[in-house]
Amino acid sequence: MDDIIVKSITRIIIPFVQLYGIFIILHGHVSPGGGFSGGALFGTSLILYTLIFGVDKAQKKFSHRVSEIAESGGILIYLSIGVIGIFTAGYFLSNKAAGFPLGEAGSLLSGGMIPLLMIGVGIKVASTMVTLFHTLIMEERL
Amino acid sequence: MGIVNLIIVVLLIVCALAIEKMKDLLGAVIVFSIYSLLMSVLWLVLKTPDVALTEAAIGAGITSILFIAIIGRTERFEK
Amino acid sequence: MRKWALRILFFMLFMLMSYSVLQMPGDIGLDSPAYNEATHHYIEESLGETGAINIIASILTDYRAFDTLGETIVLFTSIIAVISILRPSAKPEEEEAPTDG
Repeated sequence: MDDIIVKSITRIIIPFVQLYGIFIILHGHVSPGGGFSGGALFGTSLILYTLIFGVDKAQKKFSHRVSEIAESGGILIYLSIGVIGIFTAGYFLSNKAAGFPLGEAGSLLSGGMIPLLMIGVGIKVASTMVTLFHTLIMEERL
Repeated sequence: MGIVNLIIVVLLIVCALAIEKMKDLLGAVIVFSIYSLLMSVLWLVLKTPDVALTEAAIGAGITSILFIAIIGRTERFEK
Repeated sequence: MRKWALRILFFMLFMLMSYSVLQMPGDIGLDSPAYNEATHHYIEESLGETGAINIIASILTDYRAFDTLGETIVLFTSIIAVISILRPSAKPEEEEAPTDG
C-alpha cells in the first residue's frame, strides 16, 4: 500500500498497540486480560505492519528464525516452569508449594508463577498469529 | 435481562442468518466481523471483560484477516 | 415428501432445544447448580493461595494450568499443520529429495 497517510498513521499507531498488548500480558494477574488477549493484540500490530509495508519488510522485523524461537520458546517457558514444581514440591505446575514468592497482592510483582506463565502464553499466541498470516501471504507468491 | 441485552441478542441472530444466506463470501466475512464485535459488547454487558477483550482481538480482528487472506487465494463468490 | 419430513424433524428438534433452554436455571441465585463449594473455594481462598487478585487468572494459570498448557499445545500443533501443508520457505533441494511416507 503506497498511501502516505495510511503509512504515517500506522507508524504512529503501532507502538501504542504493542505497548497495550505488553501491558495486558504483564498485568494479567491484577486486571482483566492475560496472555491470550495480550498476545493476540501484539500479533495484530505485527499483522497491521505486514499489511501496510509488505511481507518483505515484515520478514526483516519478524523473520523465520525469530518465529521458530518464539514458537518453541513460549511453550518451553511454560513447561520449564511446570518442571520446577516437580523438583521443589513434587507436583507439576504447582505455585505456592513450589516456593514461588507470592508478593504483595495487587502489585505487579505478585502471584508467584502466574505472570511468568502469562509471558510464555503471550509469546506463543503472538508468534502463532503472525506466523499464520505470513504463511498464508507468502504461499501466494510461490 | 436488560433492554440492551435483548437488542444485542436480536441483532446477533439477524447477523447469523445473514451470514448463512449470503452468496458473497467477502460480505459474509464483514458481517461475521460485525457479529464478533456485537458478541464482544454482549460479553461486556454480561460483565466478563476478559472474554470481551479476547473476542474483540481474535474474532473481529484476526479471524477476519485470515478469512480475507484465504478468499484472496480462492474465489469470492459461492457456487 | 422428504423435504416436509425434514422440516418436521427440524421443527421437533427446535422445540426440544427450546424446551431444554427453558429448563435451565434462569435466576442465578444461591440455589443454582453452578454455585457449589468449588466457587466458594475459589472466591475465598484464591487470594491466599496464589497471590493474584484476578480470580480468573488464578484459575486459568494455577488451578487449571493443565488446560492452558493444552491450549498452548493446540496452537503449536495448528501452526505446525499449517506450515507443513503450505510450506512458505520450501527450499528447492528439499522438494527434490525423495520422501518416504
